[in-house]
Amino acid sequence: MSRGNQGWLMGGWLFFTGLLSSSAWADTQLNLTKGVTAVSREVYDLHMLALYICTAIGVVVFGAMFWSMAFHRKSKGAKAADFHESTKVEILWTAIPIVILIAMAVPATSTLIDMENNDNSEVTIQITGSQWKWHYKYFDQGIEYYSVLSTPREEYENQNGSFSGNGNAKNENYLLEVDKPLVIPANKKVRFLITSDDVIHSWWVPAFAVKQDANPGFINEAWTNVDEPGVYRGQCAELCGKDHGFMPIVVEVKSSDDYDAWLNEQHAMTAKAADAEKESLSASMNKDELMQLGETTYMAYCAACHQPTGLGLPPAFPALKGSPVATTGSVAEHIDIVFNGRAGTGMQGYGKQLSLKEIAAVVTYERNAWGNDTGDLVQSSDVKAAGGE
Amino acid sequence: MTTETINESLDDVHNDDHHDHKMTGIKRWLYTTNHKDIGTLYLWFSFIMLLTGGALAMVIRAELFQPGLQIVEPDFFNQLTTVHGLIMVFGAIMPAFTGFANWMIPMMIGAPDMALPRMNNWSFWILPFAFAILLGSFFMESGAPNFGWTFYAPLSTTYSNGSTAFFVFAVHIMGISSIMGAINIVVTIMNLRAPGMTYMKMPLFVWTFFITGYLLIAVMPVLAGVVTMLLTDTYFGTSFFDAAGGGDPVMFQHIFWFFGHPEVYIMILPAFGIVSTIIPAFSRKKLFGYSSMVYATSSIALLSFIVWAHHMFTTGMPLFGELFFMYCTMLIAVPTGVKVFNWVATMWRGSLTFETPMLFSIAFVILFTIGGFSGLMLALTPVDFQYHDTYFVVAHFHYVLVTGSLFSIYAGAYFWLPKWTGHMYNESLAKWHFWCSLISVNLLFFPMHFLGLAGMPRRIPDYALQFADFNKWVSIGGFAFGLSQLIFLAVVIKCIKGGDKAPAKPWDGAEGLEWTVASPAPYHTFSTPPKVD
Repeated sequence: MSRGNQGWLMGGWLFFTGLLSSSAWADTQLNLTKGVTAVSREVYDLHMLALYICTAIGVVVFGAMFWSMAFHRKSKGAKAADFHESTKVEILWTAIPIVILIAMAVPATSTLIDMENNDNSEVTIQITGSQWKWHYKYFDQGIEYYSVLSTPREEYENQNGSFSGNGNAKNENYLLEVDKPLVIPANKKVRFLITSDDVIHSWWVPAFAVKQDANPGFINEAWTNVDEPGVYRGQCAELCGKDHGFMPIVVEVKSSDDYDAWLNEQHAMTAKAADAEKESLSASMNKDELMQLGETTYMAYCAACHQPTGLGLPPAFPALKGSPVATTGSVAEHIDIVFNGRAGTGMQGYGKQLSLKEIAAVVTYERNAWGNDTGDLVQSSDVKAAGGE
Repeated sequence: MTTETINESLDDVHNDDHHDHKMTGIKRWLYTTNHKDIGTLYLWFSFIMLLTGGALAMVIRAELFQPGLQIVEPDFFNQLTTVHGLIMVFGAIMPAFTGFANWMIPMMIGAPDMALPRMNNWSFWILPFAFAILLGSFFMESGAPNFGWTFYAPLSTTYSNGSTAFFVFAVHIMGISSIMGAINIVVTIMNLRAPGMTYMKMPLFVWTFFITGYLLIAVMPVLAGVVTMLLTDTYFGTSFFDAAGGGDPVMFQHIFWFFGHPEVYIMILPAFGIVSTIIPAFSRKKLFGYSSMVYATSSIALLSFIVWAHHMFTTGMPLFGELFFMYCTMLIAVPTGVKVFNWVATMWRGSLTFETPMLFSIAFVILFTIGGFSGLMLALTPVDFQYHDTYFVVAHFHYVLVTGSLFSIYAGAYFWLPKWTGHMYNESLAKWHFWCSLISVNLLFFPMHFLGLAGMPRRIPDYALQFADFNKWVSIGGFAFGLSQLIFLAVVIKCIKGGDKAPAKPWDGAEGLEWTVASPAPYHTFSTPPKVD
């Protein structure tokens, strides 16, 4: 073997061992998740049944093919037989698959009937998808909030490490973590009413075997009943535009007591937030405060489309730097767009999602950052007046 | 099947004098009405599109090589997946099959040409414009379409970017081209068969294209309808798919998949035809169960019209709808199974040799069947809730379209290259192409099953860390598979330029009228129809 060949072999060997050892293969999941609900386990069993049946058929069919290939080859002196039809055999291999299919259809039907039975739920939660976040609203509880990806931008833009830095620069739940997870009680039938504010999304949590499209203007139903408290993660499953890959779902399942405690905590927080809104109406913030809060809010909610530089991604997501809306246009109109959104575009309203103070700050920030320098200061009371609450 | 007359000599004078002479240079190709020339154009065009779509796929795989956004922005990533899908479906697979139809059907049924040669010219020559428009949109300010090749509303209407009108126009042109091609195939087969060739004596290849032609004529207008509705929703204020105006976004999916499901059979039935020609040839044994193959193909085609909503189980269909579409979909496994069993029975106790066309055909049967297995699993509604829109689906349709349709196209190309060029291709280089493709394509698509089961959604530019290991392998497989296709290009060019002289019938087990004419096939064949017993 020449020296050159050895070099190649060595290089190849290093390359492949590098691939194999670069991360923990032991954690790699090969099969469908069994999940934590009665339905998800039925689904898993059905999956395994189908997989075994297919494997068995595969072994027989491919076995026959490989047998032919091994023993009926011309190079071994095989002479071709001349049979080329048999009604008996054709009927046989039409009938047998039908029987196998029925054997699969029976459990599939019963599982499906279970999945589609939405009756007798104890908790109802409305789930609304929008580009690119989820909104949860608890019926009869007055609790509602948005749930947004919380993985820092630096992680998915690889600013935490070099190109080859790979997994080290990313945290364990990279792209599968949110600021406020959905919280549901264990061992109770929870019904989800799923819809969308803009395009079609799909709410999917593998551990529950729940995947249901969120269609704008229509409401879909799904339900789950989880056995074990814990944290379960999923993702949007229907292509919904630019940040489709960045709207995960996190569900925290709590025991009944913990869930009640959480509800109380939420009620208290809602009341507190309402007070803060009222208070902010009479308060007045100075420019530094506004700009500081504005920048944080902008980076969290606006920068995905309009970019940290304010240059946007035109034409779908226009620049704010030097744009008439954020410079020469009226403050009231600017607030209106941020508060209510702009119909027919990707710009949604943030009135529901942000506090008056945050909107005031973000409008101030947009009118003064990146050299827009209008000097306009916007207060919560202005937002309330212009936002049309 | 025997022939009496093989006559392409100049003595057999046509009424139309200049018909016998071909023009030279570019005009030959622009003005041609010759089925062989047009077949060649289709085949080269589809190969260029394959490489184009493949290049897009390699950028996708480069981005997905490891977690994080490395190479492209998410919006551009969506443009890549969208255009990759459109190009591969409408630009690579479908035109390749039309190329085979043009080249082979007249020669297989003993016809002098296609029935509608001028329309044939037009149906090809509008295609490059369609794809120029589609690819040109990459250079527009807003970029190319970014809503997936399935272009679900309202992402493709209210929320689409500025290139939607170009996308719609391009799809219209592709549709017109396909319809004209299909009409031509159907009319040719119905009217120009040689005396004595009854329907049940036609080669199975011809049967599958005949049925595919009907499918195309039935569903292409539906596609044209749905893109037109999308156009008016986007630009003219209609609300077909907008609930605020009384429409329904899910209706889009119903119409699209009413086209889309027969469409997937449009891309696989001709593959069945090619493989059913090649396996008997290299098994030196007649195709097992010819008539059951014809009936199975027809049943698959008919069933394909009543299974469309299995793409939509998660859209919130009523239980009855889900059950209906689940049962109908499972039923398709029966005729498909019959076909696979028949191929195996054809090989059984044959006298097998393993030239490249046979290798690709055997790989087709095994790997297409794997795609069929995952298709059967996907048909089960409750589990489809878990599989839907994940990499499991991506694995499934790449197994049926790449190792299915594309492999059959390669098998057919190697099989008939001697007839087309008059030279034998380089067998060892072709085997390199086969083995490199076979290994890399499985490295590329098999781990996608695991990724999907583990929960990786499709169409995402970045992913959670537990998906990192497999994605790396998949990307390596992708690059290797992409590069392996250049071997094919080398084989074809070498074969056109020279090589061993091919006899009229280079494969001793091959059957059919095309082998009764010389290699390369003369410019005009069967000016006088042969007689078939």
